[in-house]
Amino acid sequence: MWLKFEPRPEPSKAMTYLSPILAVGLMFLSGLILFLILGKSPVEGFKVFFLNPLKDSYGVAELFLKATPLMLCAVGLSVGFKANVWNIGAEGQLLIGALAGGWLALHFEGSHSPFLLPGMIVAGALGGMLWAAIPAFLRTRFNANEILTSLMLVYVAELMVSWLVHGPWKDPDGFNFPQTKLFSAQATLPILLAGTRVNVALVFALGALVVGWVFMNRSFMGYQMKVAGQAEFAGRYAGFSAKRSVWIGMLAGGAMAGVAGISEVAGPIGQITEHISPGYGFAAMIVAFVGRLSPIGIFFSSLLMALLYMGGEQAQQYLNLPSSISKVFQGMLLFFLLGSDVFINFRPRLVRRRK
Amino acid sequence: MGLSFISSILFATVVAGTPLIIVALGELVTEKSGVLNLGAEGIMSVGAVAAFATAHHTGSPTLGILAGMGAGMLMSLLFGISALTLMANQVASGLALSIFGVGLSAFIGKPYESIALASVDPIRIPLLHKIPVLGPAFFEQQGLVYFSWLLIAAVAWFLYRSRAGLVLRAVGESPVAAHSIGYGVVRIRYQAVLFGGAMAGIGGAFLSVFYTPMWVEGMVAGRGWIALSLVVFATWRPTRVMIGAYLFGGCMITQMFVQGSGARINIPAQFLSALPYVATILVLVLISRNRSTIRINSPASLGQPFLPDA
Repeated sequence: MWLKFEPRPEPSKAMTYLSPILAVGLMFLSGLILFLILGKSPVEGFKVFFLNPLKDSYGVAELFLKATPLMLCAVGLSVGFKANVWNIGAEGQLLIGALAGGWLALHFEGSHSPFLLPGMIVAGALGGMLWAAIPAFLRTRFNANEILTSLMLVYVAELMVSWLVHGPWKDPDGFNFPQTKLFSAQATLPILLAGTRVNVALVFALGALVVGWVFMNRSFMGYQMKVAGQAEFAGRYAGFSAKRSVWIGMLAGGAMAGVAGISEVAGPIGQITEHISPGYGFAAMIVAFVGRLSPIGIFFSSLLMALLYMGGEQAQQYLNLPSSISKVFQGMLLFFLLGSDVFINFRPRLVRRRK
Repeated sequence: MGLSFISSILFATVVAGTPLIIVALGELVTEKSGVLNLGAEGIMSVGAVAAFATAHHTGSPTLGILAGMGAGMLMSLLFGISALTLMANQVASGLALSIFGVGLSAFIGKPYESIALASVDPIRIPLLHKIPVLGPAFFEQQGLVYFSWLLIAAVAWFLYRSRAGLVLRAVGESPVAAHSIGYGVVRIRYQAVLFGGAMAGIGGAFLSVFYTPMWVEGMVAGRGWIALSLVVFATWRPTRVMIGAYLFGGCMITQMFVQGSGARINIPAQFLSALPYVATILVLVLISRNRSTIRINSPASLGQPFLPDA
């Protein structure tokens, strides 16, 4: 007997939504096996990794805090991914957004202007867009592959952050630590819920989900982008501009990543350091795929991804495992999702092996 | 600038370019079969940590390389299952492999941080290593450097002079035609993917066992992605990979160049470190600018899934 995949006449709607659930189930299962291999009790490991982070209301608030940048980046990326525009440099766009907004905070230090904070957010979005515009321009003008160029710019952005915090922007009273001055209270995002670290960036993220939904489902431009992604030639025949898809897809991703970046430095971090993001820009790609590129899906998958980050911290503290275990889980999740997706277009059948 | 300085610059360029040659040639063969594997960065990372751990525990760099190669093949097998058997999107599968591999290597490698391996003595090629300037740069190198040169010849011969290479290219140009005359498209693509994985694993092993020689999280530092760009730069031709690899290798050692030349210019280290990434972007732009060059040279079915019996 031999397992064979038979094409379905129509893609299965049910499997489109069941596949992420199957993938999460498989990730849990391999998590248990992983803990077993590492010589830890699987039950204990599961408890520490997936349940401990949420055992009190502070933990739940932290979950939303960590999900915020993921939500922002993922909703921006999903616009491009729908049109097959592969912006994989959100991490770099996030960093440049943090630098652009952070520059305002440092330059207008002590200012009490009510425009400072909104200005920082706008600058963050523009910074991210600028960084995303480079691969968009190189793609539309010179046909250069946006996957490779956007990724290369992540390294350039990381080095730029490193240079600024070691050099021109270093806090002179900071005991030579590679970090800027702390942002003033006027340049810090207001806390939403007293006693937690959740700030108004969560509102931006939820707003971005709504705007993303309206754009993709209720606007002509969103429709054009979906067509361009699903049937490139149909889109071209209908006269939809492929270049515009690239620009919109890239800039949407860049803007949202930039807002995520400034929200981190003007939020929980409070200054610019070398460790602005633990790979949110990359994890957001997984969030977008697991969330089926839909805002509602992204909401839930960003919470799951945030849980994986927190689980890694717990595992480091209580199981003596490196916190990078969360990245192992993230990678496994994406693999399982891609694998499970086979059931959307194919159905498995046992057939007798041909001689 | 003294002659010995020029010699050491050449030496360092060759060393920096070697892993790029090996990884890019592996990816080139994979892409020639019509499969785009963006996972090189992840494979290199896991290959590097597997090789380091093995070399550290056994004391044998050779076993380290073999471990890196094996780990690379296992990683590329994951990609194969996803992209070839389960017919998932190749771009997404490759990204998944990169994210997973970078994370996994950080996880496995944690206990090995801050250990250094003994440096391995180079292999001197008799007579040739005595040539002034060029001898020490090219003929007093690690075994894998010579391996990378042999690999260029071997891959060029395989693709353009052997029957199996012809079949592989046919699979990459038109999988449907190759399938209809009886070639196992998926099987051949698996072999190409595994070869690519083995080479990326060896490339990673070179970094951790010979180049640094130690393990640091994130030490691959985008070399997997640069190797992918190199395949485009070389317009899918093995001999051109070497030129590109040494060009990028040269970019990677500018720091040493600037310090050694005694020039009194004060450039922040980060600017020099950014050079290979900026150079990669520039090179991609220069090559891709001419759409027909890309269209003629890239395998026609690159990145598209193949469905048997369709």
